[in-house]
Amino acid sequence: MRILVPVKRVVDYNVKIRVKADGSGVDTANVKMSMNPFDEIACEQAIRLKEAGHAEEIVAVSIGEAKCQETLRTALAMGADRGIHVEAPADVQPLAVAKMLRAIVGREQPGLVVMGKQAIDDDSNQTGQMLAALLGWAQATFISKLELADGRAVVAREVDEGLERIEVTLPAVLTVDLRLNEPRYASLPNIMKAKKKPIDVLTPGDLGVDPAPRLLYLKVEEPPRRQAGVKLGSVDELVTKLKQDAGVI
Amino acid sequence: MTALVLAQHDNAQLNPATLHAVTAAGQLGSDVHLLVAGHGCEAVAAAAARVQGVARVLHAEAPFLANPVAEDLAALIVGLAAAYEHLLAAATTTGKNVMPRVAALLDVAQVSDIVEVLGPDTFKRYIYAGNALATVRSLDAKRVLTVRTTTFPPAAAAGGQAPIVSAAVGAPVGLARFLGREVQRSERPELTSARIVVSGGRGMGSGENFKLIEALADVLGAAVGASRAAVDAGFVPNDYQVGQTGKVVAPELYIAVGISGAIQHLAGMKDSKVIVAINKDEEAPIFQVADFGLVGDLFKIVPELTESLRRAKAAA
Repeated sequence: MRILVPVKRVVDYNVKIRVKADGSGVDTANVKMSMNPFDEIACEQAIRLKEAGHAEEIVAVSIGEAKCQETLRTALAMGADRGIHVEAPADVQPLAVAKMLRAIVGREQPGLVVMGKQAIDDDSNQTGQMLAALLGWAQATFISKLELADGRAVVAREVDEGLERIEVTLPAVLTVDLRLNEPRYASLPNIMKAKKKPIDVLTPGDLGVDPAPRLLYLKVEEPPRRQAGVKLGSVDELVTKLKQDAGVI
Repeated sequence: MTALVLAQHDNAQLNPATLHAVTAAGQLGSDVHLLVAGHGCEAVAAAAARVQGVARVLHAEAPFLANPVAEDLAALIVGLAAAYEHLLAAATTTGKNVMPRVAALLDVAQVSDIVEVLGPDTFKRYIYAGNALATVRSLDAKRVLTVRTTTFPPAAAAGGQAPIVSAAVGAPVGLARFLGREVQRSERPELTSARIVVSGGRGMGSGENFKLIEALADVLGAAVGASRAAVDAGFVPNDYQVGQTGKVVAPELYIAVGISGAIQHLAGMKDSKVIVAINKDEEAPIFQVADFGLVGDLFKIVPELTESLRRAKAAA
């Protein structure tokens, strides 16, 4: 079986982002970029499935500007076998991404697509579900446990009430949650080896997809900031404040 | 214009998150219909019909909808979609799972987790873990939306008298099967709708020490939450998690104990009315959003606070 792992290049989760003064978006110039943390977990899971003998090949895909190839190299250094870069504007939206991934699935015929449940930049939480819909495949979202057997996946899903277990028929799209695994660090020898692994470059046109946005971001602004309050000296003072000033207890 | 809202429920009770989504749907300037899909869920359909602002309840009944998988719910909604300009669900894990599948089947770009309705096609939503607020216009003829429940007040659960009509149900898609659910049973209020939330972080040191949080929560009648660090450390289950990738809460009072205040956590609680932080590190970022802070050892402060509140309660 082949596994497809889509990976997104995003502003690193530790960076305190800045909203541009003209309201056109978030400043990403000279900002540290990394692989979306959920996609790292997806990549790790694919590698573990290969190590366990469930898969022969892992193909990582990234869609966006030329620098997405750095993100692909990270996936290759972790253990993916080859990469596909779809050179496109940085802000391709989930529906267009899902359509491009559908076309890549058509070319690559994977048995599984494993991806992050959401990207930490636009926080949409859509692409995996959309891809499954477009392919007519089963989806297992927000998974924290995975077992494969007999052409099926049994998963535990993180839901508001606790954990839900479902079984899906393969091929399927899995989206991963935080507790599925802890991604490995790439070793130096593997980083060196990754430089020699192949990356194919495609365009949205090659995949027959129009990358134009269907959601217009009219304005991006700073959210209202909370004012820092006061530090109190004692528990009694706190109880008085909560009772008398704030009236919440 | 008409909007269809996916009602969320457990076949016995309507999940209150639905009421917030009804309010958002009403603000679109549309008639609001509620879809109740389940098995043996007549009581839920009846409750849905009493929600104020609901003009019609569509009741879809089938054994395979008892614990519906996304494939089946999405197929049902898509089958009804022709009559609607807007399709909505609360941004719970159910809404997040199902609605993007609906959107893609309809070739619509979904707007996730809206916090404000500016018009039938224009919405506000947070990006970058709540650190930027975007105004988004949908160019599609139909709009598929998920709704952040904390920013829309709930519609009144009584007073409405909507007719209940049966919705046609097709065959199951058959790609996925529900096996079971492990639900954390708790006497405490539900995290996302609680009036008071007490959360613990990495500073708690162990799962055992969460007893201090629970004792404080119990005297306040509060729900218990946690930061991602506390969940990752295995102190508490993941459904306690408040933050960018967990639950979003906006209670009257949020007490953060041993939580440093990473932006990912703040994303899930900074709309709380009053925030209290208890942390030994006076430089912790949580103090930048807290209304009241106590710097010191939480293992002394929390029991003292619990005791003080217990005495005050006994005296009242």
